[in-house]
Amino acid sequence: MLLIRGGRVIDPASGRDEIGHLALKDGRIHGFLAGDAPAGFDGTVIPAEGKWVVPGLIDMHVHLRDPGYEWKEDIASGTRAAAAGGFTSVACMANTNPVNDSAEVTRQILEKGRMEGSANVFPVAAVTRGLEGKEMTDFTELADAGAVAFSDDGKPVENPLLLRRAMEYVRPFGYRILSHAEDTALAGGGAAHEGWTARKLGIPGIPSAAEEVAIARDILIARQVGGKLHIQHISTRMGVDLLRMARRAGLDVTGETAPQYFTLTDAAIEGYDTNAKMNPPLRGEDDRMAVLEGIQDGTIDAIACDHAPHESYVKKCEFAVAANGIIGLQTSLPLSLSLLAGGKVSPAHLVGLLSAGPARVLGLRGKGTLAAGADADVTIIDPETEWVFGPGDVLSKSKNSPFLGWKMRGAAAATICGGRVRHSAIAGVGAHA
Amino acid sequence: MLLRYGGEAFFFARRRRTGREKGANPMKSAGTKILLDGKGVERVLSRLTHEVIEKNKGAGEIVLVGIASGGVPLSDVIRRKIRVIEGVDVPTGFVDITLYRDDLSRAGYQARMKRTEIPFSIDDRKVILVDDVLYTGRTIRAAMDALVDFGRPRNIQLAVLIDRGHRELPIRADFVGRNVPTSRSETVLVKVEGDPGEWTVLLKEEPPGKGE
Amino acid sequence: MEWHRRHVLGLSDFHPEEMEFVVDTARSMEEVLTRDIKKVPALRGKTVVNLFFEPSTRTRTSFEMAGKRLSADVVNFSSGTSSVTKGETLLDTARNIEAMKPDILVVRHSASGAALFLSRHVSCSIINAGDGQNEHPSQGLLDLYTILKVKGKIAGLEIAIVGDILHSRVVRSDLHSLGKMGAKLRLCGPATLVPKEMARTGAVVTSDIREAVRGVDVIIMLRIQLERQKTAYFPSLREYSRMYGLNRDVFSLAKEDAVIMHPGPINRGVELSDELADCERSLVMRQVESGVAVRMALLYLLAGGSHAAH
Repeated sequence: MLLIRGGRVIDPASGRDEIGHLALKDGRIHGFLAGDAPAGFDGTVIPAEGKWVVPGLIDMHVHLRDPGYEWKEDIASGTRAAAAGGFTSVACMANTNPVNDSAEVTRQILEKGRMEGSANVFPVAAVTRGLEGKEMTDFTELADAGAVAFSDDGKPVENPLLLRRAMEYVRPFGYRILSHAEDTALAGGGAAHEGWTARKLGIPGIPSAAEEVAIARDILIARQVGGKLHIQHISTRMGVDLLRMARRAGLDVTGETAPQYFTLTDAAIEGYDTNAKMNPPLRGEDDRMAVLEGIQDGTIDAIACDHAPHESYVKKCEFAVAANGIIGLQTSLPLSLSLLAGGKVSPAHLVGLLSAGPARVLGLRGKGTLAAGADADVTIIDPETEWVFGPGDVLSKSKNSPFLGWKMRGAAAATICGGRVRHSAIAGVGAHA
Repeated sequence: MLLRYGGEAFFFARRRRTGREKGANPMKSAGTKILLDGKGVERVLSRLTHEVIEKNKGAGEIVLVGIASGGVPLSDVIRRKIRVIEGVDVPTGFVDITLYRDDLSRAGYQARMKRTEIPFSIDDRKVILVDDVLYTGRTIRAAMDALVDFGRPRNIQLAVLIDRGHRELPIRADFVGRNVPTSRSETVLVKVEGDPGEWTVLLKEEPPGKGE
Repeated sequence: MEWHRRHVLGLSDFHPEEMEFVVDTARSMEEVLTRDIKKVPALRGKTVVNLFFEPSTRTRTSFEMAGKRLSADVVNFSSGTSSVTKGETLLDTARNIEAMKPDILVVRHSASGAALFLSRHVSCSIINAGDGQNEHPSQGLLDLYTILKVKGKIAGLEIAIVGDILHSRVVRSDLHSLGKMGAKLRLCGPATLVPKEMARTGAVVTSDIREAVRGVDVIIMLRIQLERQKTAYFPSLREYSRMYGLNRDVFSLAKEDAVIMHPGPINRGVELSDELADCERSLVMRQVESGVAVRMALLYLLAGGSHAAH
């Protein structure tokens, strides 16, 4: 039995936002208690006064690099970073080696997650074999093995006909396709957002249209066949607008963005800083504002950090050949908490973007909510604590982040997954390995 | 033929780590001694000119090359004097030794380049190198290296206004205006620009750290 | 003014006084090139390594001559014959060469920012001989020097640059060297090759060569790369030449004493007609002369100067 005492319990899925106590038993949420803490409680008490108690956070876009690229990250280190960042569940992408396009790989990832993970690992399997964009994978077999959704992320599904067929095929089973929306021809081999900064630095540009055209295409195909679609890492104004339009048209299209797209702009690549190189690239200030607006008005369903670890020598090189991506699991929460400034995003809304939203998009039952009977995944957030994100804090195997050295406000005080404390900064509360 | 930029004269702003400062106003303060005033410089240069003519048995085979930048106005004066005395216009040029220095990579020094113009052949001529102050001799060595790249003179002779001693190389002047024993902490300041009546040579006490 | 730079990576942060200083130094260097013995001992004992990851005969030869005229030891390294093709990273290649203790690396590379990147990881001086689409500072300076020699001034001149502005590092360096010294610049080319952001530099941007060239003092023509046609930046070389090539008819719209420049190599008949390339108002050969003098100046300033405290 675990009692989380005196925190502000914010559970958007059930509409709760009040101070109280949360009881966990046998790996499930036992219930919420208002008023004074129950006397003579038989079990561990975790003091949460002054902190938020929220459903275990879920990041639905993570690259664990396992199997195949374990020098960049593996399931153990990646989930350790996740737990420290407040996440109890992560959805990991299929661009591993071998690609997660077969039930064996899916099962292997699940097994490793169970044995070595500090958080729940939900594999996202590939849409096409080998991510080659030519043949569909065995969707039902993969889903039965445990895949929660399908995505060729890292790459788009280039052939629109193939995307149509995939969406149409999986429709009766209710699977969702997560789309890395990019028109690679329009992207034209660019390395940074096509704008003034890239021009100034002589770096070939990726126009906003490369993302927008692909998002429009994917939405219209989903509309054509009535399929379930999710747009990943939205970075452009028009991309947000297209998602809004799809939502208004009543389509089952959801969308995510990452903290870097509402925190940074292409100005971050000055000096050819490869730690700011990613795909989609950091865009202009107007796009950043549009992403914020999309979050504020509820267009965006989830914040997902697109955690992309890379070893130093593929980042310590000329900008044009540097690898794309940044790590994000330990900075996602504090950067997201900054959305509260200005009052346009409420704490409940924010918590929803990191828990109920992703759970709904991926159809994860028992997750993203603190209702009685749900899984005992709880995150305790200290929204006020100030700290500096330094290289010594990084739990990932890779340190490619543009936020190193940043002053952060807010952090996960404790992360409880399946009733076990996996991360704790609370005195007297230890994490269980 | 050297290209001129906007018809400018041949001096650029520069800092030479030689302990000699040009264009500095003579400071009549304690520690500064006037070695030569305008008339003194004039007389010394006249004597030098006569010596050059006498040793070379006339002005027919000589050319004058002033070492930039102190030797340039001096070589000009000598040329004018020779014209008055001998009626001969001796070819006169000037050489910048910056690219021949032996101390280019010393910390803190930035050599600003000056101009070299020797618009005549020096092959088989007697070259009179002209400089204002002879000190360690390194400038003269560099000037000789530069000259040798221009041709093969019959001989090179050296005329200096002031010889202040402290040679570090086996160099000696053929024609000396004035021998001035100095200590290393002193500086010889030669002003030979503007009105010749105002030309001066000063001996100044200078803090250590400057000088060749 | 005192020279304090350890590297010449680009002209974006050069002050006008610094550019003038280099030009003054180049002037003195050019005098050396008029002598019988075109050599001075200024860089004797110093080693200059030409680290060229992109093929280039003219720039490399120009730097080689510049180094040799200053009595430096010059070593050439071109990527085709080297370990880069075996997959060695830029950093490793540069470090290997640095271990042999050169004084100056002259680097040309296809990635923008490569010279800056190297300057952060090796300890010798670096001259950027062209990095991707970013800058080519020695070209910017030699263009400035050439125009100064011929026109006597830069401020107030109207200068048109015509061609593949998008991919040209020469343009970007010229924008700094000529623009900062007070010239008024016009950029012209097909709309696919002239990014609209260029107007932010204060230059006039146009796709009409007649408008670009009308009344100008200097026209700089850029080489159009044949591969650009293959990647659909414009329909054909014939179309390009018709609309953006300089011929006598278009040239007559410029000032009477206007001059023509080109960084080379020239696609005769494409961007520049045969006749104009060789006419008396073409400064192409003078650019090459200026190039050696400017590069001598840069080598001299980096090698023989005020930074023994590395």
